[in-house]
Parts: sequence; C-alpha cells; structure tokens
Amino acid sequence: MYIIIVGGGKVGYHLATALLREGHEVLVLEKDPGKASFLCEQLGSVCVRGDGCEARTLAEAGTERADMLIAVTNEDEDNLVACQVAKHKFNVPRTIARINNPKNEALFKKLGIDVTVSSTNLILEHIEEEVPTHPLVHLLTLKGGNLEVVEVKVPPNSAVVGKRMKEIALPPGSVIALMIGKWGAIVPTPDTILEPEAQLIAVTRPEAEEALRTAITATKGV
Amino acid sequence: MGCGRVGAQLAAMLDEDGHEVTIMDREPYSFRRLPPSFGGTALVGDGTDEDSLRRAGIEQADAFVAVTQGDNRNVMAAQIARHIFHVPKVGCRIYDPLREELYHTLGLETISPTTVGAKLLKDLIEG
Repeated sequence: MYIIIVGGGKVGYHLATALLREGHEVLVLEKDPGKASFLCEQLGSVCVRGDGCEARTLAEAGTERADMLIAVTNEDEDNLVACQVAKHKFNVPRTIARINNPKNEALFKKLGIDVTVSSTNLILEHIEEEVPTHPLVHLLTLKGGNLEVVEVKVPPNSAVVGKRMKEIALPPGSVIALMIGKWGAIVPTPDTILEPEAQLIAVTRPEAEEALRTAITATKGV
Repeated sequence: MGCGRVGAQLAAMLDEDGHEVTIMDREPYSFRRLPPSFGGTALVGDGTDEDSLRRAGIEQADAFVAVTQGDNRNVMAAQIARHIFHVPKVGCRIYDPLREELYHTLGLETISPTTVGAKLLKDLIEG
C-alpha cells in the first residue's frame, strides 16, 4: 500500500516506522526542515520537506496513486485541510485525521474524513482506566449510533444494592448488558439482583452517561 | 473572525453601515486596529472552536467572515459556520490560489487576495 503521512513529529515518525516495518510504501510530508532531515537520517529517503496541505506538494508526492493519507500534525485545521485536499483533489480512497480538540470529531465526520483519532480522548480514557476510584469508565465508542460502552462499579453503599434490575430507573437509551460479580459474568435478567461491588458493563448515550452514573452510584437516602 | 488589517477595516465599515458586528481574535492586542468609533463587540476567542463561536452569537448571525492569517484556520472556521451553525452567508479568505479553487468548488464563498492582487497589479502595469 502507498501511504502518505502529513506531519513528521513524534506521531508521524513512529507511525512511519511501524508502517515501513509492515512493508508499506511510505512518504512523510513535513514543513520543518530540521524535522524533515532528521526523518530522512533515521528512516532513509521517506520524507519530503513540504506543506501537506498544498495541492502542489501533494501532486509532487504522487498523491493520486496513494491508497491512504494520514494527517497527524498538532493542528486540527491542518489535518482537516490535508485530508480534504487529498480526498477531493486526488481521490484518495481513505483519509485518516488525528484530532487534538475532541470537539472537532463531529465536524470532521460531517466533512467526510473517513476515520478520526482523537489523541486527547485516548489519553483521557487510558488515564481514567487507571484511576481506581472513578465509578464510570469508557470502554468503547460505537461508531455511527452515538452510543458508547461504559463500565460502572456498584458502590457497596449504593441504593441499588439488593434491588432487582427492573427496579432501577435507568436513563432512556441505556442498557445494562453484563454484570460481573462474585459468581463471574452474567447477562442480567429483569429479576437479577444487583450485588455490591459488581462491575456493570452498560451501553449508553454520551448525554445520558451522567444520569446512568447517578442511577447506579447514588447512596441510600439521597 | 480575525482582527488584522482586513478584519478590522471590514468590521469598521459594516459597523458604520449600521450592522450589528462582533469581531473575534485570539490576541486582544489585535483590537488596537479598530477605530475608536467602532460600536460593535470585540471578543477574544478562537474561531475554530464551536464554544467560542457560540459565545460570539454565531447562532443568530446572518453572515460570518474568516480573515485570519491562516488559510487552514479560515477554511475550518468557515466550514464550522456553514455546516454546524448553518450561517446563511459565509465568506472565507484563502491566500493559496489552488486551495481557494478547491474550496470554491466544494461550495464555500472564497476569495484569494493573491489572485485578485496579482491581477490588479498586472492590469496596472499593462494598462
């Protein structure tokens, strides 16, 4: 596969290294002359100094025969434009953009970028997983449906402990798909009783996340 | 969006014509370019950030113009204004003529001062 990477910073460098190892043809476009020559020293002549948002640079890079363009600069607007130019001017079949500001995810999708990777969100999710007291952890965002899979721990003093699933007022659109307790993982029925400190795997909408967390973790008498 | 020479002058002209104008810039020092008579709002903010745009009242705006120094920032802000906030009239400055051509075909109202300026100077010399 011929893959063009726009941006030769840390992400671009390591991405290029990995893709070259897998046997792909890779070209990195980097504006900064210092970074560009560093990449060439390290990886061989796989880097061209130039602005990956400029149609002329992309034409010289042979973008019309590229199978994929991946834009991984620090600037969301540069990643957006590089992908749009590749897509609309050179008909690149697949464009991937790194997003630094998570708020831009919806915009990029709307503007036809095939895949977006939000580095900020990824870092946040990984840190959340490592914080043991955090009662709600993101596991996965489901593409297309505006849904996400989350994990919620039932605190021992929660009002829902000992209740049946059907008695819990979940926010609309939220489903508890799995309960992992002392007897292992079970798919809950409406009559399943919630155990203290069980892990619940739930599917929910991002806007209902807070209500779901409250429904599971609110203590008695609140 | 963008209180450079063009942004400030455009804002002042529209204000003089009696329009309600809000001008945004990331750098408050840029607002020195506005004339003392400017009666609109000057707001520090990033025009590629949806929340900043909302704060500037983009949801009620009849027109949005992106004239920062960065072509890509202008392109992104103009597309947010058009596709997220559905502003009826969106103008976008793009210095790079090739990029300007592309976004023009994608339906943005674009102006390339490079093309316009070069043409005017050519006419001046030849005429």
